[in-house]
Amino acid sequence: MQGDSFFYTALVYLSAAVVSVPLAKRFGLGSVLGYLIAGFVIGPFGLQLVGEEGQDVMHFAEFGVVMMLFLIGLELRPALLWRLRVPILGMGGLQVMLTTGALTAVAMFFGLPLLMAVAVGMTLSLSSTAIVLQTLNEKGWMKTDAGQNAFAVLLFQDIAVIPMLAILPVLAVADITNLSTVPLAPTSGTWVVGLSGWEQALMVAGVIAAIIGGGMFLMRPFLRYVARTRLRELFTAAALLLVIAISMLMTKVGLSPALGTFVAGVVMANSEYRHELESDIAPFKGLLLGLFFISVGASIDFSLIAQQPGKMAIIVASLIAVKLAVLLIVGSIFRIKSDQNLLFAFSLAQGGEFAFVLLSFAVQNQVVSSEVANPLVGAVAVSMALTPLVLIINEKFLQPFFGVHEKEELIADTIDEENPVIIAGFGRFGSIVGRFLRANGVGVTVLEHDSDRVEVLRKLGLKVFYGDASRHELLHSAGAETAKLLIIAISNQETILPLVRMVKENYPHLTIFTRTEGRTELFELLDEGIEHVYRDTLDTSLRLGTDALISLGFRSFQAHRASKMFRHHDANAMVALRSARYDEKEFISVARQRINDLEQLMLAELRDSQLYGDRGWDVNHVMSEFGNTQQDDKG
Amino acid sequence: MQLEQKSSSYKILILFAHPALQNSRLNKQLIQYARGLEGVTVHDLYETYPDFYIDVKHEQNLLIEHDIIIFHHPLLWFSVPAILREWMDLVLQHMWAYGVTGHALKGKKLFNVVSAGGGEELFQHDGFHGNTMVEFLAPIRQVARVCGMDFLPPFVVHGTRNITPQAIKQHGNDYRNLLLALRDGRLDIAGAKAQQKINANLATLISAVKD
Repeated sequence: MQGDSFFYTALVYLSAAVVSVPLAKRFGLGSVLGYLIAGFVIGPFGLQLVGEEGQDVMHFAEFGVVMMLFLIGLELRPALLWRLRVPILGMGGLQVMLTTGALTAVAMFFGLPLLMAVAVGMTLSLSSTAIVLQTLNEKGWMKTDAGQNAFAVLLFQDIAVIPMLAILPVLAVADITNLSTVPLAPTSGTWVVGLSGWEQALMVAGVIAAIIGGGMFLMRPFLRYVARTRLRELFTAAALLLVIAISMLMTKVGLSPALGTFVAGVVMANSEYRHELESDIAPFKGLLLGLFFISVGASIDFSLIAQQPGKMAIIVASLIAVKLAVLLIVGSIFRIKSDQNLLFAFSLAQGGEFAFVLLSFAVQNQVVSSEVANPLVGAVAVSMALTPLVLIINEKFLQPFFGVHEKEELIADTIDEENPVIIAGFGRFGSIVGRFLRANGVGVTVLEHDSDRVEVLRKLGLKVFYGDASRHELLHSAGAETAKLLIIAISNQETILPLVRMVKENYPHLTIFTRTEGRTELFELLDEGIEHVYRDTLDTSLRLGTDALISLGFRSFQAHRASKMFRHHDANAMVALRSARYDEKEFISVARQRINDLEQLMLAELRDSQLYGDRGWDVNHVMSEFGNTQQDDKG
Repeated sequence: MQLEQKSSSYKILILFAHPALQNSRLNKQLIQYARGLEGVTVHDLYETYPDFYIDVKHEQNLLIEHDIIIFHHPLLWFSVPAILREWMDLVLQHMWAYGVTGHALKGKKLFNVVSAGGGEELFQHDGFHGNTMVEFLAPIRQVARVCGMDFLPPFVVHGTRNITPQAIKQHGNDYRNLLLALRDGRLDIAGAKAQQKINANLATLISAVKD
C-alpha cells in the first residue's frame, strides 16, 4: 500500500537522522556528515533499508535547497546584495570560467573528446550550495571573509546553471550555426517551448520582474490579509505556498527555482514579515536538506567504487585538486587573506547537486555517454561527502599555522541587525520603551503580533517585524541567541508567563524585563525568578497622585518624596504579601497591616518638622539631647 | 524678568532653596518679603525641580538676564542644600561661567541669604562650630572669584528655632530694603564689604531714596 510504504520510508529516514546526527555532532563532525553517514548506513551498501527509491527522495529533497536560498535571500537585504556585486560577478565568474577550462583540459588528458570534456568541465565547476552553506552556517563562518565570498561564488554558480542548461544541447549538435533551432530550456512542458531565443529571454525577464514587483507590492498585502486571521498554521501555509508557487513559475520558464526564491527572499528582506517567514520555512528547509544529504549518502554507488577503486580515487582526487587550485588562485587575485583563502577554497572544492541534474540532462542530450557520466556522479557524491571532513582537516591542522583571525572579524562584523534588545509587543507600553532605548542609541528588534499595527508603525518609519514572540523559532530568527535583553511589553497576561518559561528554557542568557497587570501575575513572575517586573499602572497613578498633592498646595519636592516613599514601602509590602498570599486570612491581615503602616509613616513624615529642619543646629537643644536621652522634645 | 527695568536699576535673581519649606519657621515668611518686588525674580529651585532635573539652558539665560544673584537657603550641614550644589555643578559650565571663554557672569554680584538654627555665638572661633558664617561660605566665595563675580558678605539670620515673630518681621523688612537698595543702586558696596554680614548695619549702608 502506498501509505504504508511512505510511512516505512519516513520511519527509516527519520530514525537514521535522529540516531546518526547527534553522534556526528558529538564527535565534532557536524550535521552534514552525520546525515551523509546516515544515508550510507541505510543505503543499498549499508543495511539496505532503502533501495532505488532513494533517487526519488533525492529529487524531492532538492526542494530543501530551494527553501534554503529563499531563507538566504531573506537575510540579504538588497543593499547588502549590492555590496556583494564584485565578489559575485568577479570571483564567481572567474571561478566558473577557470575551473571549467582546467577541468576540460584534465578530461581531455584522460581521453575525452573536446565537446564532451567541455560539458564535463562545466558540470563539475559547480559546487554544492547545500553542503557548503549548511556547514559554514553551523560553524558560524558565514560572516567571515571566506564565508561571504564562498556565498558570492555559490550565488553566481546558481545563476550560471541557466546558460549551462542552454549550452549543453548545443555541444551535442556541435554546430554553432544551428543555435537557433536548439531549445534553450532543458525539459519539455515549459511555456518557452517553441519560442525563439529573444522571445524566451523576454519571457524570462518578465517572470523575474513579476517576482520582484509581486514581492514589493503584492506580497505584503497578501501576508497581512493572512496574518489577520491570527491562525499560525495559515501563515505557514501561505509561506510554503509562496515558495512552491515561485518554484513552479521558475520551472515553467526553464529557470532554476532556487534562483527565483532567492530573488523573492531578497525582495521580502526589508518587510515586516521577514522573521515570521524565516521561522516558518526554516524547519521545512532543515528537514528537507537533511533528507537531501541522507539521499546523497545513500546514492553513492559503492559497487562502482569497489569495481574500479583506483579510477574513482583518481577522478575524485583530481576533481578536488583542480577546484582547490583554481579557488586558491581566484582568492589570491581578489586578495583574500591567506587563512581565509584556505577556508574559502576548501569549502568550495567539491562537485555540487546541480552536477546530478546537469549530467543526467547531458546524457539525455547525448553530450556525455552514460559510461562517462556514472563514475562522475559517484565522484561528485564522494567529493560532497568529503567536504565536511576536508573542512575539519583545514580547521584542525592547517588553520593553527595562521592563528585564529576569524574570531576578530566576527566581532567587527556584527552590524547586521544584531540588536542587544528584543521588544515583544509594540503597543503603547512597548513603543515608549522602544523609543526611549532608541533615543539612547540602543538598537532594538521589535516583534508585534497585530499586523495592522505593524503596518502603521512601518509607515512611521519604525523597523517592526510581524510575529508572535512566544514562538521559539521567531525569537531565534529575531536574534535571541545574540541579544542581551528581552523586554516583554505585551498586554495579554496569559501569554506572558508561558513566554517567560520558554525563554528561560531556551535562552537562559537573556535577561527578561516584563510588564504585568496585577498582583497575582506579579507574584507568579517573581516565583519564576524574574527580577525585573513592572506593574503597568503603578508609576502613572503615583504621578497623578503626586500632581494632585501639588495642586492641593503641597510643595513639589515634598510630594515627590512622598511618592517615592510610597513606592518603596509598596515594594516591601509586596514581599510580605507574596509569602502570605496562599492563606486568605493572613493575606488580608498582612495587607491591612501594611496599608496602615504606610499611612502612619507618611503622616509621621508630614508632621515631622525636623525633616531638613534647622532645629538640630540649635546646639542648646543638641546638648540637652546628649545630656538626657529620656527627654523627648517633639513639640 | 518680565518686569520692565528702570534706567540705572539692577535686576536681582534669588535662587531660593529650601527642601522642606512647609516645616520652615523663618524662610517661609522671609521669602514673601522678596516676592512681588519689581526687578526681583524669585526662583524656587526645589519647587521647580523636585526631581533635580535642572534645565541648564534656562538657568543660564536667567543668570544672563540678571545683575545680582542671591543664593537664599538655610545652612544645612554647614553648606548649601543639595539642589543648590547640583545647580552649581550643572549650570556653572566650563567655558561659559569660567575658563578662557567663560565670561558670562563677569562683573555680576553674588551673595548668600542664609539662615541657621544655632545662635551667632556658635559661629565663632571659640564657639561650638569653630568658624564664622563667612568662613563656612568660603566655597561660594571662591565660586564667585573663579567666575569673575563680585562676592558680597551674606545676609545672615541666626537662631531660627527660637526666633520671635517680631524678629522675623524685622529681618523681612531688612531683606526687602536691601533688595530695593541693591536694585536702585543705593547700597554702599564698599561699606558693605567691610561687614561680616551685610545686614549688620544696614541702615547706615543704604542711602535715602532719591526722588
